[in-house]
Amino acid sequence: MSLHGKIYERRLVWRHRIGLIFEWVCRIATFLSLGILAVLLFSIGRQAFGWLGWGFLTRSNSYEADQAGIMAGLIGSLWLVGLTAIMSVPLGVGAAVYLEEYAKPSRLTKFIQLNISNLAGVPSIVYGILGFTVFVRMFGLRDRPERFTCSLGFAQFSFELPLGRVVLSGACTLTLLSLPVVIIAAQEALRSVPPSLRHASLALGATKWQTVRYQVLPAALPGIMTGVILSLSRAIGETAPLAVLGAAAQLSFAPGRIHSIGDAVQHPSKILQAPFDQFTAIPLQIYGWINEPKAAFEHVAAAGIIVLLIVLLLMNGTAIFIRQRFQKKIRW
Amino acid sequence: MLFGCALLSVLTTVAIIFVLVTESLVGIPPHTAFFQDVSLSEFFFSTEWAPQFSGSQQHYGVMPLVCGTLLITGISGLIGLPAGLMIAIYLSEYASPRARSVCKPALEILAGVPTVVYGYFGLRFVTPYLIMPLFKSMGFSVYGFNALCGGIVVGIMIIPMVASLSEDVMRAVPNSLRESGYALGATKFDVSARIVVPSALSGILASFLLALSRSIGETMAVAICAGNSPNLTLNPFSSVQTMTAFIVNVMQGEVVAGSTLEKSLYAVALVLFVITLVMNLISQMVLSRYREVYQ
Repeated sequence: MSLHGKIYERRLVWRHRIGLIFEWVCRIATFLSLGILAVLLFSIGRQAFGWLGWGFLTRSNSYEADQAGIMAGLIGSLWLVGLTAIMSVPLGVGAAVYLEEYAKPSRLTKFIQLNISNLAGVPSIVYGILGFTVFVRMFGLRDRPERFTCSLGFAQFSFELPLGRVVLSGACTLTLLSLPVVIIAAQEALRSVPPSLRHASLALGATKWQTVRYQVLPAALPGIMTGVILSLSRAIGETAPLAVLGAAAQLSFAPGRIHSIGDAVQHPSKILQAPFDQFTAIPLQIYGWINEPKAAFEHVAAAGIIVLLIVLLLMNGTAIFIRQRFQKKIRW
Repeated sequence: MLFGCALLSVLTTVAIIFVLVTESLVGIPPHTAFFQDVSLSEFFFSTEWAPQFSGSQQHYGVMPLVCGTLLITGISGLIGLPAGLMIAIYLSEYASPRARSVCKPALEILAGVPTVVYGYFGLRFVTPYLIMPLFKSMGFSVYGFNALCGGIVVGIMIIPMVASLSEDVMRAVPNSLRESGYALGATKFDVSARIVVPSALSGILASFLLALSRSIGETMAVAICAGNSPNLTLNPFSSVQTMTAFIVNVMQGEVVAGSTLEKSLYAVALVLFVITLVMNLISQMVLSRYREVYQ
């Protein structure tokens, strides 16, 4: 063999060795990050072990670590995510339908699109500042809040303007925060509906609206639902914007001054009052417990985190279930 | 009506800018804005941040906050960017379909963990079991709240983002490029490191920018791990305060409406908003141009 060939052979061996090392470095990086996830879950689970029980779910907070509970935050988070869903789903899907089905490619459309993807990258704390100014303070239009009472015949509720640190302010802030993500997810779902479906519907004489309403939206619904649930589960874990709104970390009652389940059953009108009452949320309670100087509260915080992760798991599980269940039915 | 829904997003942007600007730059007549109370040069060049004090001890130099933010962003970048890139290379070039089907959902879970959970993890695990034993034995004095822990935790948080965005652009590199590499006698390493990565480079850089802008805006993990003392330092073992941590920390207590302290929140938020906006805009442009090139 020539000298050239020998050098080439030797270098080839080295090139393959470097390749192998590189592959293993990349592989180790991947599995290391999965290992971090395992360590995170394990260490928090170990801290929470023994602190998580039925009592923890049904009690509200206490100064004694072993009497603390997450009821107020759990109900508060459910209110927040429910109201956020009611507001962000129609708005988000509406915007996505407009952008995907109706908008003509113009400079305005391009600007709106760029604007949405930029809003998705704005730090959540800036949304907190926005919500604080617009919903909690209402630009400081009134120095002292004014109380309005609204009677529905069988029950009545009252609210203040400016809204103050109430559930509705929190939900509106979270709506603005999650709207860009909902829009982008819904747009992707609409884009995955094949154009042939639209053409077939239009060819049969359906109007544009009928096509969207009866063909495109039903076909895109599973995708939209999945995206919406995922973005809502992102919203439920948000702490910073709610903390900036000035929501309390710990309260002894769920929104509407409801102290227990019996309370809600005996005074159902309190439920009507809930959106206009103070609130706390699971992540806020966790943050409060982390800041608590007493050492025992670190276990309470861990238990709270486990509750939060279980809520997230349930929501993501629902999303995956919808995706699996409905994807099979549709065949193009 | 549908157009109105789409317009709401524009309205949100306008509202954010309006609120931040009227409180910090140009006040609406009866009220004064932050920069009408505090001069621009003091804000950007003074090296002390002490807004809670009164009288001559009150200082509004944003430098310590910016420095704290950059320190944590820098550390998180050192950890998150290479790790995310390597994961992306592994997933796009090396991983078998089965390994992918395990890794992708796990990364999604990692991305979905709320930031307050990462904060707890940093405070109760990373600092006491990782940083303390390692660096105390080397003779450094490590504080309970330290920038290193914040940086590590934020670095872990941005890994899934870098990995999934970079993987997307790498998979968009056409196979013909890889095949021509092999035809010229390149090894797998040559193909992935010298063909795929360079041709996906602008997209990868865009994903880096997006991730860094996310770690600049990250709040809870940093507020929990890195503490709340605005020090002008680059020492990763000391406690620092970031822009975001300052905002959360002040808003936790009662703030007098119309006070300079309250307006300083808006000024800091404006700085934060402008920095992240510029970074997002650049990376959006790069990413969208990238999509056009390979389609």
